Amino acid sequence: MLTMTGIGKSFFGVRVLSGVDLAVVPGEVHAIVGENGAGKSTLMKILAGVHAHDEGTIEIDGRRVSFGHPLDAQRAGVAIIYQEFNLLPERTVSENVFLGREPIRRGLVDRTAMDTATARLLAELGEASFGPRRLVKRLSVAQQQVVEIVKALSLDARIVVMDEPTAALAEHEVELLYRLVRRLQERGIAVLYISHRLREVFDLSDHVTVIKDGRLVTTVATEDVTSEDLVRLMVGRDLNGYFPPRSTSVGETRLQVTGGGNDRLHDIDLKLNAGEIVGIAGLQGSGRSELAKALFGADPFTRGEMTPVRPRSVREGIRAGVGLVTEDRKSEGLALRQSVRDNALLVTRAMGRGARRSGVRELLERVRLKPPREEQEVRYLSGGNQQKVVLAKWMTVAPKVLLFDEPTRGVDVGAKAAIHDLMRELAEDGVAIMMISSELPELIGMSDRIVVLREGRIAGTLPSGSAEEAIMSLAAGEVSS
Amino acid sequence: MKRALPILAVLAVLLAAIAIVNPFFLEPAGFLSFVRRAAPLVILAAGQYLVIVAGEFDLSVGSLVTVEVVVAARLIDGDEAATWAVLALLIVLGLFVGLVNGAVTTLLRVPSFITTLGMMLVLSGAVFLWTGGAPRGALSQAFRMFGRQTGWAVLILVVVAVAVVLLMRANFGRTLIAIGDNERAAALSGVRVTRVRIIAFALSGVSAAVAGILLGGFAGVSAQVGQGLEFQAITAVVLGGVVLGGGRGTVIAAMAGAFTLEALFTLLNLYGVSGALKFTVQGVVLIAAVAAGAIRLPFLDAPKLKGDAHAVS
Repeated sequence: MLTMTGIGKSFFGVRVLSGVDLAVVPGEVHAIVGENGAGKSTLMKILAGVHAHDEGTIEIDGRRVSFGHPLDAQRAGVAIIYQEFNLLPERTVSENVFLGREPIRRGLVDRTAMDTATARLLAELGEASFGPRRLVKRLSVAQQQVVEIVKALSLDARIVVMDEPTAALAEHEVELLYRLVRRLQERGIAVLYISHRLREVFDLSDHVTVIKDGRLVTTVATEDVTSEDLVRLMVGRDLNGYFPPRSTSVGETRLQVTGGGNDRLHDIDLKLNAGEIVGIAGLQGSGRSELAKALFGADPFTRGEMTPVRPRSVREGIRAGVGLVTEDRKSEGLALRQSVRDNALLVTRAMGRGARRSGVRELLERVRLKPPREEQEVRYLSGGNQQKVVLAKWMTVAPKVLLFDEPTRGVDVGAKAAIHDLMRELAEDGVAIMMISSELPELIGMSDRIVVLREGRIAGTLPSGSAEEAIMSLAAGEVSS
Repeated sequence: MKRALPILAVLAVLLAAIAIVNPFFLEPAGFLSFVRRAAPLVILAAGQYLVIVAGEFDLSVGSLVTVEVVVAARLIDGDEAATWAVLALLIVLGLFVGLVNGAVTTLLRVPSFITTLGMMLVLSGAVFLWTGGAPRGALSQAFRMFGRQTGWAVLILVVVAVAVVLLMRANFGRTLIAIGDNERAAALSGVRVTRVRIIAFALSGVSAAVAGILLGGFAGVSAQVGQGLEFQAITAVVLGGVVLGGGRGTVIAAMAGAFTLEALFTLLNLYGVSGALKFTVQGVVLIAAVAAGAIRLPFLDAPKLKGDAHAVS
C-alpha cells in the first residue's frame, strides 16, 4: 500500500538521506532501526509531510503522492505519533481527538457526537481506564499515547508511524502498547515502528528495515534474523575515521562520584582521571546528558559522595574546575548574537575573574578557529567553529575536568578532527575528560574506557577498543534473548 | 560602534534641519540648551536600555519620575539646608523601586511588563493619594540648579553617559547582554542571571531618580511631570536599534535615540506643529523603528564571510 523509492534529502547542503526504499503492506508492523542520527526520523517526517523530499517518489495504493504539508499526508491516510505528543493538556480527550475538525450541529460544536465517536474508538482499542471527557493533563503518558492513536484512527489513518513509542513508557505500560499495536494490525493498518529497543522489534514486527548513515542497509523478514545480526547491520561499518593516538599515562583522580543519584540517575560510581578520556555510551533517554549536568552542577546529584565537591550549582561546579560543553550549542552553549570574543570570555566574566581581552586571540588560535575573528558574531560561524568557541570559553578558566556532550554533532569532518585533537591535547595537559557520544566509532576511537548507561544506571564499563556490538548490547540490554 | 551609525546619521540630519530653521542652535549656548533639554530623556533611555537589553521592560520610570519630584518638593519645602539629604534620599528611593521591580520579576517570575505596569499604577496612585492632585511644597534653589543651569545638567549627563558606557564594557554589561541573548547559555556559563537582572532594574530606577532631579529643576513641580516618559524612553531605545527581547544593541545608540527623539520634537516645535501631535509622532516613530529593525535583519545582517558556507543561525 505504501512504496517509497529512492528517497533523498539534504539539509543545508548536508546529505541526511539518500536512496532509501521502503515498502509496506496493510496489516504489517514494519520496524525501522538504526543508530541515533541514522535518518529514521527524517524519513518518517518526509512520509508525514513535515519535510519535503529532494529525490525519489512516494506512492500510496499505486498512486504517486507528494506531500507539501502535514495535512496532505493526513488526508492520504498517514498519521504520525511523535515522542513528544501534540496534545492540548487543558482540553478533554475528545476535544483533542477532533481538534480543528469538530462536528458542527446547528452552528455549535456537537460535543455529544464527539464524545460518542471517541468512546467507540476507545472501546475498540480495549481502553477502559478513561473516558472521552477526561482532561488530557490528567492522563498518564501511556494513556496520552492511546489518545494519539484514537486521533489517528478517527482520521481514518491507514499508515500509523510511531516514533520511539516506548521511550517515555514504564515497563508495564509497554505490554499495553503491544496490545494497541496488534489491534491496529488487526484493522489492516500498517504500523511503522521506530525503535532502538531490539526486543520490541522482535516482539512486534514482521519486517525490519535497517538504516545507517542516511542509507538503506537492508529490509528483512524479522524471523530471518537474530538480534546479533541486527546490531551488526546497524553499526557494522569501516572505522575509517582518524583519531589521535591514545594517551599512555593516566594521572591523579580529578573527580570522583560514589553512589551519585537524583531523580534521573541512580547509583552512579565514576572516576575521572587526569589525562584520560572517558567515553559515555547509551541510548537516548538513558541519562547521558543528565550525568554530565549532574557532575557539572546544573541538575545536581541529590545523593552520593563526590570529590572534590558535590556541586549544588553551576557556579560551584565551575569553581571546582568543571566545565560542560553542552549537547546543544545554540540553545545552551552560546549567546549567538554576541561576538566570538564576548562568548569566549563569558565564563571568566561571569565568575568575576579578570577578563584578559589580549589573551583571546591566542586562545582562538589554540582552538584552531579559522579565521580567528574576534568581532564576528558566532551565529555566522559553522557548527565546527561554534564548537571551538565553546571550547575556548571553558579554556579561559583552565578547567580540571571537561565534560563534552556530543562534541562533534553537526560538525563537518575537518572540524571534527580538530576537536578530537584538541580533546586529546587537553587530556595530555592533565585535564580529565568525559565524552558523551551517540556515534560509536567516535566513542571507540577516542575513549580510554567506555562507560555504558542504561535507564539512569551504569550498565557496565568497557575497555578501549571494544566492539560496537558489545557497547550496543550493554546499552540495549537485551541481546541475550 | 558600527551599529550606532544609522541612528547617528538620522540624528545629524535632524540637527542640521534644526540649525537651518534656527541658526542660534549652532552657537554653543543654543546647542547646550538643547542638550540640557534632552538630558532627562537620555538618562532615562540609558536606564531603560539596561533593562531592555536583558529582555525586559521598565514601564514604571515615568511615574517614578513624578514621585521623585513630588516627594522632593514636599520634603524640601523651600528649605535650602535640606537639599543634599533629600537628593540622597531620592536616589535611594529610585534604587529601592528598581530593586522591587527586579525582585518581583526574577524571584516571583512575574513578567516585567506586568510587574512594572503594576508598579506604574501603584506609584501613580500613591502620588495622587499623597497630593490630592495638587503637589504641595517647593524645591530649593540649590535643587533647581541641577536642571536649570546648563552646565550642571550637561555635566550630570556626561557623567551618567560615561558611567553607563564603561559599565557595559565591564563584566556586568557583557553578562547582561548575554542574558538577553541566551539566558540558558549564560546560566550554564556561571552567570548569576537573577542578580544581574535585579541590578539592571535597580539601575533603571536610579536613572529615573536622576532624571526626576533634572526635570524637577527644569520643568517645576507638578503631578504630571513624568507622564509618558516611560514610553518616550522605550521609543528612544528602540529608535537606537536596540532589539526588544534583548541581546542586541548598544547603549550609545540608545542614548543617541533619545537625542534623536528630542531633536524631532524640537523640529516639530520650530515648524509650529501642534504639541498635541507629540504622542502621534512618537507612536509612528516607535512602530516605524521596530518595523525597520525587523525588515533590516535579513538583508543588512547577512554574513560578510563568504567562505563560511555552513553559517546557519
